Amino acid sequence: MNDSVAERVWTRYSSRQRWWRFAGLMLVAMAVAWSLGTIDIIWPWVWDAPAQIGDLFGRMVPPDVSQLGTIVRVLIETLNIATIATFFAVFLSLPVAYISAQNTTPNRATLWLGRFILVSSRSVNTLIWALLFVAIFGPGVLAGIVAIMFRSLGFLGKLMGEAIEEIDRRPVEALEATGASRAKVILYAIVPQVVPTFFAVSILRWDINLRESTVLGLVGAGGIGVILQGAIDTLDWRTVATILLAILVLVIAGEALAAWLRRKVI
Amino acid sequence: MLRISHLVKRYGNDQPVLKDLELEVPDESVTSIIGASGAGKSTLLRCINRLVEPTSGSIELNGVEITTLKREALRRTRRRIGMIFQGFNLVDRLSVMENVQCGRLGYIPYWRAALRRYPQEDIDRAFHLMERVGIARYADKRADELSGGERQRVGVVRALMQDPEILLADEPTASLDPVTSRQIMELLQKLAAELHLPVLINIHNVGEAREFTERIVGMRFGKLIFDGKPDDLDEAAMDAVYSGTGEHDASRRRSPHDHEAVTS
Amino acid sequence: MSETVTAPRRWRKPPFIANPWLRWSLLIGLLAYAAWAISTLPFDWQRVAQGIERAARIFAGAFPPSFARHELLIDGFLESLKIAILATLLGVGLSVPIAFMAARNIAIKPIYALGRAVIVIARSFHPVIVAILFVKAVGFGPVAGILTLTIYSIGFVAKMLAERIEEIDWGQVEAMRSSGARYIAVLQFAVLPQIMPRQIGLAMYQLDSNLRASAVVGIVGAGGIGATLMNAFGRYDYDFALAITLVIIGAILISEAVSGRIRRRIW
Repeated sequence: MNDSVAERVWTRYSSRQRWWRFAGLMLVAMAVAWSLGTIDIIWPWVWDAPAQIGDLFGRMVPPDVSQLGTIVRVLIETLNIATIATFFAVFLSLPVAYISAQNTTPNRATLWLGRFILVSSRSVNTLIWALLFVAIFGPGVLAGIVAIMFRSLGFLGKLMGEAIEEIDRRPVEALEATGASRAKVILYAIVPQVVPTFFAVSILRWDINLRESTVLGLVGAGGIGVILQGAIDTLDWRTVATILLAILVLVIAGEALAAWLRRKVI
Repeated sequence: MLRISHLVKRYGNDQPVLKDLELEVPDESVTSIIGASGAGKSTLLRCINRLVEPTSGSIELNGVEITTLKREALRRTRRRIGMIFQGFNLVDRLSVMENVQCGRLGYIPYWRAALRRYPQEDIDRAFHLMERVGIARYADKRADELSGGERQRVGVVRALMQDPEILLADEPTASLDPVTSRQIMELLQKLAAELHLPVLINIHNVGEAREFTERIVGMRFGKLIFDGKPDDLDEAAMDAVYSGTGEHDASRRRSPHDHEAVTS
Repeated sequence: MSETVTAPRRWRKPPFIANPWLRWSLLIGLLAYAAWAISTLPFDWQRVAQGIERAARIFAGAFPPSFARHELLIDGFLESLKIAILATLLGVGLSVPIAFMAARNIAIKPIYALGRAVIVIARSFHPVIVAILFVKAVGFGPVAGILTLTIYSIGFVAKMLAERIEEIDWGQVEAMRSSGARYIAVLQFAVLPQIMPRQIGLAMYQLDSNLRASAVVGIVGAGGIGATLMNAFGRYDYDFALAITLVIIGAILISEAVSGRIRRRIW
């Protein structure tokens, strides 16, 4: 069919690739039309939005630093939440990675258990986990730490499990041949091979967790989000500005530290 | 003394890789196993330490029947069977000393292995063996920083650290250049004499087999078809082991002539 | 070769950090930090003990998940999808000029700094923080969600795109320039074709990310299924909340698989 099309005048759509492009564009256009046509938006509000946003930022200037002491204190609390949660999640993720890697899992039941843990942890967002744990433990830092741990577990376990699946089998065989027990084979043949991934993934997740822990407070799970929510509720926009700047500094510093650690360790 | 009798190994429902194989290896001897790729050499060696599970038959090492051993007993027996691999199979990210001490893993408690606090006599032995093969100065280097020949020496020392009753070498020189290859073969020959060890070497290089070993076993399609001194390996024997592989390989899968070889 | 007599030679694994002073102070510093960090956390163990009981009650209330109000669920989900689509389109569109601004080989110094600053700020703030500000500025509902996810998209897409622009084949640009083309024409015909495939891949990835994020920003009032979830939680409708969560998980898994497949074909 393509051949006969090529002879016609409409050479523009002759190639399969162009047809696909056209279909893709149509699909996008239809999706946008559908979204715009049916979404529940009050349009006057939209036209008013730039003015409202400008007004909001106007009220943030100049930042109010009178509560800087408190802000720094909760900023450090935020850092601690991210660090402690990452630390524990890393250790919890190791056995999960072990049972969800095809080449190390003891049997099929453990493989599926591992995969179930990974998928359920990864598909639920930190904030939804936090909602659940605030309901269980009550508002506070503990709910935040546990929420971040639960979310990180899947992320770390998945990447570590993939690293285990990619190891070189040959040293494992050699160590089994020396009569070493399973635990010692893991220690000497598997662990050294996944150590670089272990550090890279842990540092990456710590960086992500630092960002996530800044919002835990919005659902009551501790950290700087708590006072951010408080300042917003009392319309204290100049303090909000200070808090936002503090978060910016924390996140950028965290990213720099993570990059430095990656270079040092790996 | 290693005594293998009626050894059969088959994967799934395919033709057996080892067909009713018989082999005896006396103490203190260097035996090389030659044969084309796919003849079953590697499977044979791996059956001896049960990295590959034999289908049936018997393997007896110094009076211990290996084929029926259960986990813990198997581990204890594996401690006394050293193995050297074609790809060295070292743990690249560990130091030479740690790789060498892997040979003692079956003997030492877990905490010593984890903390790298090896017993002093193991350290002495490691240095002694490393000096013997010329790698002692690399003790704290990472294994992947060494050259091929040096890496295989680490592999040899790791196997000797096990204080083995027998040494199995699976194509130990196939990944090495000719000069290094000869050095390793010579080393194996001398160590066998020094330590009074039986050594079983799978090898492709017939010249090296003739030069460095006192007995040559020829394998073809899972059976031994030659067993003698290097001098006995004449043109006819070589042909029997190696020639016509292509034609024979093609007819191998469903040839009526092969039926007599199938035992079960 | 003579047998070397080996006097008992000591061997210890060489430490990871050679300088003992640095090694020990680092270790002690880390331990001190850990002890201090854990001690500052205001744990209320009694509350934790009660929590186990509450967890049992919540889970008992959540099973079996209730799809009775599926209309609300479907409406919430479709709204999330619309938010994600519009935000992706806006974000990907806006990220093109921002990426050009933030590419070292294209933009002049002050423009480059401005572009980078926009990206860093967009990346540093969690979408939930951005959402809460927009909700205050433009009110509850999907508009806040779209604006939030647009910023979120810019943070990722513009950064990746800028990196891609910095890696382009410079030969094509010089060829255009030598034929006397103007700056905009160079960008359009020598740079844009080189980054288009990447941009489509990024758009697919971002649509997937936005769908996930839209479930979250709803929690602070920016519309979509997150708002539905938050309402269910607020009314202690744990069985409905579980149903919503299951739908979110299902949607995320499907969207991940689909976008992964499309990207593999395009990228």
